[in-house]
Amino acid sequence: MTIPKTISRQIKVEYIARVEGEGALDIVVDKGEITHLELRIFEPPRFFEAFLQGRGFHEAPDITARICGICPVAYQMSAIHAMEKALQITITPAIRALRRLFYCAEWIESHALHIYLLHAPDFLGYESAISMAANPELRPAVERGLRMKKIGNHLLALIGGREVHPVSACVGGFYRAPKHREMLRLKDELEWGLEAATETVAWTASLPFPDFTPDYEHVALSHSDEYPMNEGRVVSSKSLDITMEAFEEHFVEEHVAHSNALHARRADGGSYLVGPLARVNLNLDKLSPRAQKAMRKSGLKFPNNNPFLSIVARSLELVHAFEESLRLIDVYEEPVPSRVEVLPRGGEGRHITEAPRGMLYHRYVLEERGLIKEARIIPPTSQNLRRMEDDLRSYVPEVIDLPLEEATWRCEQLIRNYDPCISCATHFLRLSIRRA
Amino acid sequence: MRETHKLPVKVRSNKLVIGIGNSYRGDDGVGLAVARHLKETASGNLEILEATGECTSLMEFWKDAKVVILVDALQSGTRPGRISRFCAQSQRFPTRFSRHSTHALGIGEAIELARAMNQLPPCLIIYGIEGKNFQAGFGLSPEVATAVGKVGDCILEDIRSDLQHDLTHQPIESVSR
Repeated sequence: MTIPKTISRQIKVEYIARVEGEGALDIVVDKGEITHLELRIFEPPRFFEAFLQGRGFHEAPDITARICGICPVAYQMSAIHAMEKALQITITPAIRALRRLFYCAEWIESHALHIYLLHAPDFLGYESAISMAANPELRPAVERGLRMKKIGNHLLALIGGREVHPVSACVGGFYRAPKHREMLRLKDELEWGLEAATETVAWTASLPFPDFTPDYEHVALSHSDEYPMNEGRVVSSKSLDITMEAFEEHFVEEHVAHSNALHARRADGGSYLVGPLARVNLNLDKLSPRAQKAMRKSGLKFPNNNPFLSIVARSLELVHAFEESLRLIDVYEEPVPSRVEVLPRGGEGRHITEAPRGMLYHRYVLEERGLIKEARIIPPTSQNLRRMEDDLRSYVPEVIDLPLEEATWRCEQLIRNYDPCISCATHFLRLSIRRA
Repeated sequence: MRETHKLPVKVRSNKLVIGIGNSYRGDDGVGLAVARHLKETASGNLEILEATGECTSLMEFWKDAKVVILVDALQSGTRPGRISRFCAQSQRFPTRFSRHSTHALGIGEAIELARAMNQLPPCLIIYGIEGKNFQAGFGLSPEVATAVGKVGDCILEDIRSDLQHDLTHQPIESVSR
């Protein structure tokens, strides 16, 4: 779609709401041409990779978890797996299963929050969840979302020691693993959550979606036996199929002047999409039975390129996370010991896990005492920033002749499709040392 | 004292004090310090909890209570140790007390969401204590530490007086006692 030559206007959002971190949007249309489009990220950079240098391998999970209060489990998991590769450690099946349950808890927390409190208000015409909750007809939906988030909190606290910034995951396993009886106490709530998540799919599928389907390259992990969380190969909808170790050969990050966050792109091309929509599109057959049934019942077709349907993809993953949690609790065996022995050594480890917002890459180089020589972190929001700008370039012509306030709001909604975490994206430091 | 990382158990008393904060970030732990102080001095029919301030957990803790008193550190640029107090029924949570996140939901969001959903406790009082040092590490600044006992006394007085004055109307804030 092209913009009529008669149109000149500016869309300006000084502070994008309902996203984590500080960003702004500036679009200028001059005589039918988009002459300026920037998703400006002004949150200050946070230098995590720099101050990891010289720290012990065992400190990386808890230090990097502090990058984000919304997805600390993702940071812990990517760091732990990368360290275990560097240290050549093999964990037990029981620890592996507990990690998967741990990740389910974070997906439940994060997805329930985003669907109900951050994103649904866009579709229903409310400026916030608080104003949405004031409508008695929508109050039960908000209550449903809050209760699901709470269940995620409880599961995370049980495994991780507390609901925000959990402390029990470590290289080699967990400092403490829950007892089976403690797990069983959560089953009733998880059963309720599974029903509520199934209702969530029907609810989100009934929302009004703009007709907008860009040509994406979806990128996600893919595993032969399960829906991807902690393990898998990196695959794309355009035939990419590589190991995690080869990630940096195929994807690059670069600096753009208007952003304190790096922008990632394919090494041989342009933007790509990570996150729930990409994961669902690339792993349909691995969704849990209830999630697949809910998807069929929704009447929506997947794979789907409409980014506004990311709220439905998140809902499908919510069903999956509840069903997977129940399955894992049913077969739960407390890992004894809760962590395997870890001895420091030199090495390099690269790993990707699926954070709620998409693939999170960590790479560490350790010297022989196990101290970190080099760290590299590529969070999902960095990977999606270029894609968000490309989406806006395609979407602005569709909305530019709407009243300015509505056009602006539609553009913000488009950004919130990604559930961006700007705080995560601004962790980097490009460091140059010159020696005489 | 019940720790919040345990799975929730039903609140036994209809009078609840929740100390909020992080002991590892200096004066951010003052809400927890008040909770611990009250645990030693208060009588048995007062439930005392510690919490991180996460929105859904707070709403869960207070859902069956009639009188709820929250205590947390403030960072609003006033004198360290200054005590503010407000009643959620009679006024909105001051935006300058909200933390600067649009994604993580805290006390302000918990109060306003509960208000929108008709789930505010019949009486919800918030005590804020202005902090000075929020750096990593244990311990309260001296001027903040002196507020712990004062706020504890205020809370006990609130409970003793059965909060009659708060159920009707309440001045905006900043009751330095």
